[in-house]
Amino acid sequence: MITDASPAAQPELEPLSETSEEQLLEIAMGPQHPSTHGVFRMNVVLDGEHVVRLKPVFGYLHRNHEKIAESETYLGSMPYTDRLDYMCPITNNWAYALAVEKLAGIQVPERAEYLRVIVGELTRLQNHACLIGFLMQDMGSSGTPLMYAFREREKILDLFESLTGARMMCNYMRFGGCRVDLPAGWLDQAKIVVADFPRFLDEYEQLLLSNEILMDRTQEVGVLSRELAVSAGISGPMARASGVDYDIRKVDHYSIYDRFTFRVPLGSHGDVYDRFMVRLLEMRESVSILEQAMRDIPAGPIVDPKMKIRGFRPKPGEAYGRIEAPKGELGFYLISDGSPNPYRYRVRPPSLINLTVLEDLCLGQNVADIVAILGSIDIVLGEVDR
Amino acid sequence: MNLETIKSELEAAVPGCRLELVANPSPSGQHSLRIDAAHAVAVAVCLRDAPGLRFDLCSNVTGIDWPGKQTTEKVKLRKLVDGTQQEVEELRTTTTPGSLEVVYHLFSIEKKHGPIVLRMSTQDRDANAHLPSLTPVWRSAELQEREIFDLFGVVFDGHPDLRRLLMWDEFVDHPMRRDYVGPDDYEYEPTAHDEVLRRANQHLSEAAAKLPSEAVGNQQSETDGNRLSEGGGR
Repeated sequence: MITDASPAAQPELEPLSETSEEQLLEIAMGPQHPSTHGVFRMNVVLDGEHVVRLKPVFGYLHRNHEKIAESETYLGSMPYTDRLDYMCPITNNWAYALAVEKLAGIQVPERAEYLRVIVGELTRLQNHACLIGFLMQDMGSSGTPLMYAFREREKILDLFESLTGARMMCNYMRFGGCRVDLPAGWLDQAKIVVADFPRFLDEYEQLLLSNEILMDRTQEVGVLSRELAVSAGISGPMARASGVDYDIRKVDHYSIYDRFTFRVPLGSHGDVYDRFMVRLLEMRESVSILEQAMRDIPAGPIVDPKMKIRGFRPKPGEAYGRIEAPKGELGFYLISDGSPNPYRYRVRPPSLINLTVLEDLCLGQNVADIVAILGSIDIVLGEVDR
Repeated sequence: MNLETIKSELEAAVPGCRLELVANPSPSGQHSLRIDAAHAVAVAVCLRDAPGLRFDLCSNVTGIDWPGKQTTEKVKLRKLVDGTQQEVEELRTTTTPGSLEVVYHLFSIEKKHGPIVLRMSTQDRDANAHLPSLTPVWRSAELQEREIFDLFGVVFDGHPDLRRLLMWDEFVDHPMRRDYVGPDDYEYEPTAHDEVLRRANQHLSEAAAKLPSEAVGNQQSETDGNRLSEGGGR
């Protein structure tokens, strides 16, 4: 584990200055571009192959989630949080439930905390596996790595479906616990999936890391320095790839994460390669958390029996709750005025804030590297635009 | 970290700053610190750089709209009515201007503590809705302050690139305000019918009339082909 990484040297680039402003080429990547993972546009100014300016354009998927949630009851927004980062609905539920629990002072029973950790870490596994698959797909490896990842994701989504009734829009958490308990045989099924997962990781690593083209396209590309990562509020695997030792599971001790032993992988260069390697290593740690959680899960109630479902009105006040979502720090900021719906409801979207440095990462790189850099940031437009 | 000690440390470091503790009655216990706009940047720099504080991560930035309140009260007045002094009851309404509030949630990566909540308020919700930008202190505020400018209408002085983030540039209102009323017709893009169709056809025929005579023959048939027809399209 590297805790104090020195900022990596910028790759040597040819001078950009001799081209006049008229010779620059301005192109729009997106909104309908396969590498933007949704409707997202980058206005790129190119000098030959090199990026001179890059301005991201947001809002194509904006539906004012926050305004809608403010005219809805607290529980009424729970299914809608699934639609923020639709790759990991369960961690969105979790962050929202955590914020409301802080706001109203609700205790969560022990079994529910274990259930949350199990489904949350399964979500992290499928998100990271798919992200790496998408990244490879964007860089031109047509199919194979993405399909390998989707094969594993399918097993996890089957588990979600038998537990919550939905593959993706799970709507699983409730304030003070979870919605349903495990069906018979679910835990045994999940143990098999988790036990098989390291084999997939070995296979994946072997497939990717022995590939010379992949090394060339990812190493020393899109370098993010530690200082910029801290200043720009970069969170999650992207910050840790730049050597920022900050994992909210370790820092906030939320839920029951301090009962498990796991390590926080850190990168030392902050390039695209580090960003996907950190995710590969993080999956191994998630497997270890899952093994411990599924071994120790106790019996008991899954929701706080004192929790009122109908007519839920938290006392006036405010709370900010955050978790370590697969994409970074996902926070919810709520203000209650004592009425059934929140006065202010705010989502702190990790995808959007991680895009703050997109231009800094792309400047001076080749136009084809934009695709790799954007892929390594890990965005979902449902969360960026809300 | 105790908010009281942070407050006294800031008051010592930034002379003249006005700080106010805002209690939070919720069980979350996240009390906040209201700072004044004039000293905001100095306070922010101190929070980031002071060795005991080191709040290097500005995690969440958001706006809150507090609309002005209208209160009506009955006032008894003596007035001349029809030539005689009489006591008349009148309704007098007073409006407070309301304000827009911006909230910053700070954490420390180095010391692993937080959150500390900073609040800043504008004087009103219209012409004086200005606040200093903290983007020069924490880069992470860049997109979030743009979002507040877009959805709430707070103008951040000193922001490097203050444009709308989520709504399109021509949009005029601020949708996250409490008194925002959505349009009756959500179809923003004018489509070719009625008034638009009339002007489009007028434009085409004017363009055809301006062309030199030898080109008119070719051009005429083209414009006829281009001519937009009523009820066409879909």
